[in-house]
Amino acid sequence: MTMKPFAETSLPAAVFDRATWTPLLDLSAREVFDIMLGTRLQPFESSADESTALANDGEFTALVGLAGSLCGVLSIRCNNQAARIMASKMLGMPPEEVDNDSWDALGEIANMIAGNFKGKLSGVGNHCMLSVPTIIVGSDYETRSLAAANMIEAIFNFEQTPLWVTLELHE
Amino acid sequence: MSQIKALIVDDSSVMRKIVERSLRQAGLDLSPVMEAGNGAEALCILDTHPIDLILSDINMPVMDGLEFVRQLQTMDKLRDVPVVMITTEGSESNVVQALSLGAKGYIRKPFTPDQVKEHVLPVLGL
Repeated sequence: MTMKPFAETSLPAAVFDRATWTPLLDLSAREVFDIMLGTRLQPFESSADESTALANDGEFTALVGLAGSLCGVLSIRCNNQAARIMASKMLGMPPEEVDNDSWDALGEIANMIAGNFKGKLSGVGNHCMLSVPTIIVGSDYETRSLAAANMIEAIFNFEQTPLWVTLELHE
Repeated sequence: MSQIKALIVDDSSVMRKIVERSLRQAGLDLSPVMEAGNGAEALCILDTHPIDLILSDINMPVMDGLEFVRQLQTMDKLRDVPVVMITTEGSESNVVQALSLGAKGYIRKPFTPDQVKEHVLPVLGL
């Protein structure tokens, strides 16, 4: 077996570009919701009610890790009812019939947004792996995985509640 | 063609249901669909159930879709079962690898029912 020199085997790191990547993250989320849920996401206009909307109905967060030329975490966060409605739209069933599928649906949505996003970055897709999704229930938690992280975020209105899509990346 | 025996391999139960619904919307006459949460579970099912069509995710725990296809190709009785990959992986290298290992096609998530139809029917010769 012939070993390649390190310079040939190391992955090119993507260079963070907030101006370009923010609209791509926004577009990636919109496409997933449009195609898989038949829902056109709108920007979330009201900031005053964001925390209230979550506190009133629990909170779900789905995390997908990225490793390789793009290294970090993509997360989406919403309340319990929003997650339930997402699952119901994906499955074509009434929200009241959705049980633990809402967790699974949120994880899949996060996974698809992450995959869609990295696919839009030229030259990144081939050198970036995604983890399977992790779901967190509740809001009393902190994540400390990223030192010197860059962050971009899009906040949407989904069924009159806020939906956060956040990408945190190592520098 | 008689009823098609399909196996859907994905660690997401929601995605398995969506894929099954898409297959039915494509007009396929399916017998009860078999489901597996990863490649290892799928191999167990294939050991005892005849299957005409496999749709498999790539990124799964325990045994991922690439290893699953690789193992299928080593088994005489399963080598010819058509596999279509359904994946969030935009990575061209993963897709090329899946095809080189023996997958007959791939569909990228997010997908529409029409895309499932477009990729699956030719694989079945329909």
